[in-house]
This record gives sequence, structure tokens and C-alpha cells, in this order.
Amino acid sequence: MNAAPLYELRQVVKSYDQRAVLKVDALDIRQGEILAVVGPSGAGKSTLLRLLNFLEFPESGVLKYRGQPIQPDATPLALRREVTTVFQRSALLAANVRRNVEYGLRLRGERGRQAEIQAVIERLGLTALAHKQSRTLSGGEAQRVALARAIVLRPTVLLLDEPTANLDPYNVGLIETVVAELNREQGCTVVLVTHNVFQAHRLAGRTALLLGGNIVEIADTQAFFESPRDPRTSAFVKGEMVY
Amino acid sequence: MGFPPVVIGLTVYLLLSRSGILGPLNWPWIPQLFTVPAMVVAQVIIATPLVIGYTMAAVSEVDPNLRLQVRALGATPRQATWTILQEARQGVIVALVGGLGSIISEVGAVTMVGGNIEGSTRVLTTAIMLETRRATSTSPSAWRWCCWG
Repeated sequence: MNAAPLYELRQVVKSYDQRAVLKVDALDIRQGEILAVVGPSGAGKSTLLRLLNFLEFPESGVLKYRGQPIQPDATPLALRREVTTVFQRSALLAANVRRNVEYGLRLRGERGRQAEIQAVIERLGLTALAHKQSRTLSGGEAQRVALARAIVLRPTVLLLDEPTANLDPYNVGLIETVVAELNREQGCTVVLVTHNVFQAHRLAGRTALLLGGNIVEIADTQAFFESPRDPRTSAFVKGEMVY
Repeated sequence: MGFPPVVIGLTVYLLLSRSGILGPLNWPWIPQLFTVPAMVVAQVIIATPLVIGYTMAAVSEVDPNLRLQVRALGATPRQATWTILQEARQGVIVALVGGLGSIISEVGAVTMVGGNIEGSTRVLTTAIMLETRRATSTSPSAWRWCCWG
């Protein structure tokens, strides 16, 4: 695993309607790691992912990717396209599964990767659904399509915003397996926002707790869950109310 | 939706007439009154609010998360807009058909700014109006214009 941080956040603040929803003093995301971000609803987890995907920008502070400061309207398209997100609600196109999976490649003008598209469709158990319209898919099937659409792009960074919320155990297991393989085989950096602490425990090398927009603690997953330094982390891990 | 065609026709007429605001300028890209381009200007003004309104309604029906998702997949702003329009294509088609329908049957504005000049600015609708006014209902010319244009 390359020790140079892929992302560096310093004194980053993001506000909506003059209310700071994210205040990160310091956060490094290492290349090739799986980082889980846990915390209650409204803690700023999704906001963090939008910053990491360059969909929004902080009001103050420095966000660096590959050592380059990220500025609005000055981030090269090629750099932006190294990162992609799978959201909790899979927003699919009104087309069939294959067209949805191909979508990101069409954006990039890449049209000759049919074999790769087929492999991803097969890997996520979508072969029988390849020609089905997206509106006919179940929630689990749609989320698998969303993940296929992301991983076929071979992203450097895959951001997952509660990708398995409300899914059955089969789909949860399949998605987790594919994400772990992507990280292991392609070195893809994964930032996983999840309410499921067990999922974080299974997948992540490091885990961070976000409360009120602040990173309370970030540590190796085992230490995070077994010997947390912060009492709030300890309470959160035990399932006690911390907010 | 939009202004009454007669109001549009009168406004364009007043703007383009020799005693109007734009008529005396004689700029090459400003159409003259009683010409086809003047009729096109009036028709575009009539159709635009309809097309925009229906299109906006169709686009607002598209999943609001989709725009964020396509940007997250690497779409440029232009690609994202095109994708949203494609998702709203049924509504956009309705908007275009509605706009076309509103102007293809239009009589008042095109008569005012076009003048219904035979061989020049006379169109199907204005010809039907003219022929049905001056002919009886069984007149061959009236039927011809109604059926064949």
C-alpha cells in the first residue's frame, strides 16, 4: 500500500445556509485503503463524500487530491473522473441494465469495452437482467447495477454512500464481496459511509467516527472497535446514543 | 400558456413597422414587415413559452438525484444537461409537438405581420380564412384550400 496520502484535508469547512455541517481539521486518506466513515444521520458523512468527489467545494481550508489543491472550476476533468460515487438511492437511467452500466464509459467516449462490461455484469449477477428496463428492477438489483456502473470505470477512488442500506443479506454480501475484490485486485481506494458498524468492521482497514461535522476519532478498525480512545466512540460502538 | 397570439402579432407589427422601433433601423438581421421572416419571429415568440413550460415540467419530473449521480460518474455540465433532457424526452417531445401545434394553426399573428400576400406570405391557415370568408361553403376554392392547402 502506497504511504503517500491520496487525499489531504486541512481545516476544511463546508456550510449550508450559513450552518457549518462539516469541519475537518485534518484527514488523510491513503491510496489503496478502505476507510469506513460512521456516525449518526446529519453528521456530515454524505457531505464529506460530495467534497471527495469534487461535486462540492469547501468554503475554507484545503482539499488536496494527489497533492494538487482542488479548486472550483479548476479541477481537470481527467482528475475528476478518477473518482466516482455510488449513492444510497441508485439513480438509474430510463434504459436497460446494459445501457446503464455502459453510461460512464459513453461519457468518456470509450466504446470498445464490451468484454469488460459483460464481465462486470456477470460478476454482479446481472446477466439475466441485462436487457431489463431499470424501472422494473428491485432495490437490490438496482443497487447492483449502480455498483456495476461505477466499477466498470475502473475508478481510482470509489465512494460508497450507504450502498447496502435496506438491502437483503444476499445483496449486501455480494456488494461487499465485489468491493473487497476491487480494493484487493485493482488497488481501488474505497471510502465507505455506512450506518452498519458490522459492515465497517468487515470491510474497512480504518474507521472514522463523524459527529456534528467533526471527526471524533479515526483509527485502525480493530483498535476503533476494540479499544477506542474517545468515550464518544466507545458509546457509539456500543450502540448508545451519542447525539 | 404565454401571451395571446393577437397580442404577439400586434407587438411584432408595431416593432417592425416603418414607424416602429426596429423598422427604421434597416439592419439586415431585422426582418421586414409582411415577410416570411417576420412571420417566423412571431411564431417563435408564440411557441417559446409553451415549449419552455412543458420542457421545464418534464425536467422537474426527472429524479433530482440523477443530476448529482451523472456528475459523480464524470459527466461534464453539458453532458449532464443532455442526459437530463434525454431522461425527460417524452415530455420534451410533448413540448415540441405542443409548440408546433400552437403555431401551425395560428392565424391572427401571421396575418398581421405577414399580410397574407398571395405567393409570398399566404399560408394554409390564412388562405383558409380568406377563402372561407369570401366564398360560400360549397365553393370549390374553399374546399380546395381546406383539403389541399
